[in-house]
Amino acid sequence: MSAVGASRWRNPSALPGFGLSLGFTLFYLSVIVLIPIAALIIRPWSAGFSGFWHVLSDPRVLAALRLSFGGAAIAALINAITGPIIAWVLVRYSFPGKRILDALIDLPFALPTAVAGIALSTLYSTNGWLGEPLSHLGIRIAYTPAGVVLALTFIGLPFVVRTIQPVLTDLSREPEEAAATLGATRFQTLTRVVLPSLMPALLTGATLAFARAVGEYGSVIFIAGNIPAVSEIAPLLIIVKLEQYDYAGAAAIGVIMLAASFVLIFALNLLQNWIGERR
Amino acid sequence: MRRRYPTQDHPLLRIGLTAVAVGVIGLFLLFPLATVFSEALSKGIAAAWEALKEPDARSAIRLTLLVAAIAVPLNAVFGIAASWAIAKFDFRGKQFLTTLIDLPFSISPVVSGLIYVLIFGLQGWFGDSLRDANIKIIFALPGIVLATVFVTFPFVARELIPLMTDQGRDEEEAATSLGASGWQTFLHVTLPNIKWGLLYGVLLCNARAMGEFGAVSVVSGHIRGLTNTMPLHVEVLYNDYQYVGAFTIASVLALLAIVTLVLKSLLEWRYADEIAATHRH
Amino acid sequence: MSLVVDSVAKCFERFPALNGVSLTVPQGAFLALVGPSGSGKTTLLRILGGLEFPDSGSVHFADLNWLEVPARQRRAGFVFQQYALFKHMTVEKNIAFGLTVRPRHERPARKEIVRRVEELLTLVQLEGLGKRYPNQLSGGQRQRVALARALAIEPRMLLLDEPFGALDAKVRKELRVWLRALHEKMGITTVFVTHDQDEAFALADLVAIMNAGRIEQYGTPADVRRSPKTPFVAEFLETGPQQNATVQPRALNGHS
Repeated sequence: MSAVGASRWRNPSALPGFGLSLGFTLFYLSVIVLIPIAALIIRPWSAGFSGFWHVLSDPRVLAALRLSFGGAAIAALINAITGPIIAWVLVRYSFPGKRILDALIDLPFALPTAVAGIALSTLYSTNGWLGEPLSHLGIRIAYTPAGVVLALTFIGLPFVVRTIQPVLTDLSREPEEAAATLGATRFQTLTRVVLPSLMPALLTGATLAFARAVGEYGSVIFIAGNIPAVSEIAPLLIIVKLEQYDYAGAAAIGVIMLAASFVLIFALNLLQNWIGERR
Repeated sequence: MRRRYPTQDHPLLRIGLTAVAVGVIGLFLLFPLATVFSEALSKGIAAAWEALKEPDARSAIRLTLLVAAIAVPLNAVFGIAASWAIAKFDFRGKQFLTTLIDLPFSISPVVSGLIYVLIFGLQGWFGDSLRDANIKIIFALPGIVLATVFVTFPFVARELIPLMTDQGRDEEEAATSLGASGWQTFLHVTLPNIKWGLLYGVLLCNARAMGEFGAVSVVSGHIRGLTNTMPLHVEVLYNDYQYVGAFTIASVLALLAIVTLVLKSLLEWRYADEIAATHRH
Repeated sequence: MSLVVDSVAKCFERFPALNGVSLTVPQGAFLALVGPSGSGKTTLLRILGGLEFPDSGSVHFADLNWLEVPARQRRAGFVFQQYALFKHMTVEKNIAFGLTVRPRHERPARKEIVRRVEELLTLVQLEGLGKRYPNQLSGGQRQRVALARALAIEPRMLLLDEPFGALDAKVRKELRVWLRALHEKMGITTVFVTHDQDEAFALADLVAIMNAGRIEQYGTPADVRRSPKTPFVAEFLETGPQQNATVQPRALNGHS
């Protein structure tokens, strides 16, 4: 690249190390991330589009995709309700033990998913601490789609809470005071003034939770029971296909999941731009 | 009562919302954590200790430590290089590059493992040539390391990029103008400014590296005593109905998570300004 | 219908914000609370609006024990220093807010609300800007939206906290004249906080010079100017706002 060309795509700088650091970054990114992802995208077309379509039209695959996406959506919705409540309590109220509660929120980030998986499965199985009382009420969670939703809710909770929390901390109280002087009840203030100002963060958090839940594996497979077409999630089906050496089939499902990731990243970027404009 | 501040909630609302929050955190987070330890100790401490001393368990612990010891430094070096390029220079496509770096976070762990199987697996791109050369990547250590590197790829970079961007370039430019070399500038000026942020990123990166399950599960082959990391060993034991063993290993991992959370909270509290707390996790 | 403040005192974590403040404001008067940062003027205003409560003392308005009336029932139009507009609502929605949150049987019909909003937009000279969002307006325009929003509830008193504080000098002067004219037209008892003595003396019927939680002098601008009662007032009148504003450390003025 000529000197003129170079100066057009980057501003001159007095600092050294640009070539080295960017070069290494691009090399490492390509080797670890980009080339392997490209390998996935190319793979399922070996038998043409019809081969790809054949894999996806299998009822078992469709059911797994429906469960992964549907379960993730329900879990994100649950978190979109409890998340703001938890964030509100942690930011606005003070009570003993709040700090510990606050630190616990990150547990699903930090706890290995397999550990979460066996813990949830044991806890909600029919002889577990919570599963037993629930079974007396006729509610079964472990080894049903409800178990899948439960695990996905667990994994998504911190995304919603942690996106809303800083926004709530920085939120000026003056609009709330203004609402009160204008005659609004506290409930009206919360629903018409506070909640709308949290909406962008809430949407972002719920999307992040959804994105994480769609691809989640470890915390789900133990509690799900993995009954084909009932409680079998899409990532597990990828592994099943791999064990049968059906690489093209595995790759086809993988491509769908990857496409979902891209769509969600795009949606999140749009959200961020929209939030930026509102400021 | 009548003199409640207009930004204060009614006591009943307060109690109700606090109960919901405590309930959700308790049922969803605290109970599972308590289950792990209580199941591990259900047959007494001696049984748990025996489970830890078991050779397969020890080899799983060794493998997990080894994998983290390779993956974390690699991603730390990458994180520093990427944030140096992105934060200290202006070039076209910077935003796009940042998005690409975050990409592994959005990808299912299973897909993260799958991509390497498609390249290095028996029917993968290089499957035949690797077999001819007698090099094992999938179902062996290199595959496990690759998958772990992939899923922990963005941790350090995404901590350091906003932090170094916030800190600007003045200090480095001053050092350069005073005659310092690139390495001197980095070691004596940049590194001291980012050390807590770096530590924070490494901490999170390490926690994920040791705990990763899905991606590693795809590439490991679950060979006992050979390619089972701690999370995989937990799965194997659990599926064998060896609950004490499974939950004992799980307890070690849970302790790791708790230590990580405590250190993370400490860092956030003590060095809030130096780790760009707005870009947590 | 006069506003009577009697021996009001308020402490913030040991820092006394108000130290026994008493004053009587006749119906329809325009009162300016002037003083350096940290003198307690905003705290007094917030007490009048129901956003803060004194530790001791009483406030009566229109024969009501004003402190026992919750903020939302006071109908005290409060204009905040940073305007506190609802960012996610259009200008129209902001202005209509106080009407739409009324209980159903008191709420005007939708058409009536639209008419009132139009009327207020004309009053504050923002015709045609009703569909904009607050971040699409200039500082002076936002200020007038905040005022229109406060006027929409047909306030019994108007409380303005440094309403021109965030505006540049030219806009400030214009709005000042306009606000005075508006007050003549509406005749609402108005309390107005500022650290700018020029502004206070140009606008108000009555000025209360505050310092360290006390009222140093209270009277008409002419009286205060002619015979300053304390050395502080004399000095304050001489030095003007800029110096005074910086004398007091900013940290003390949690609610200045």
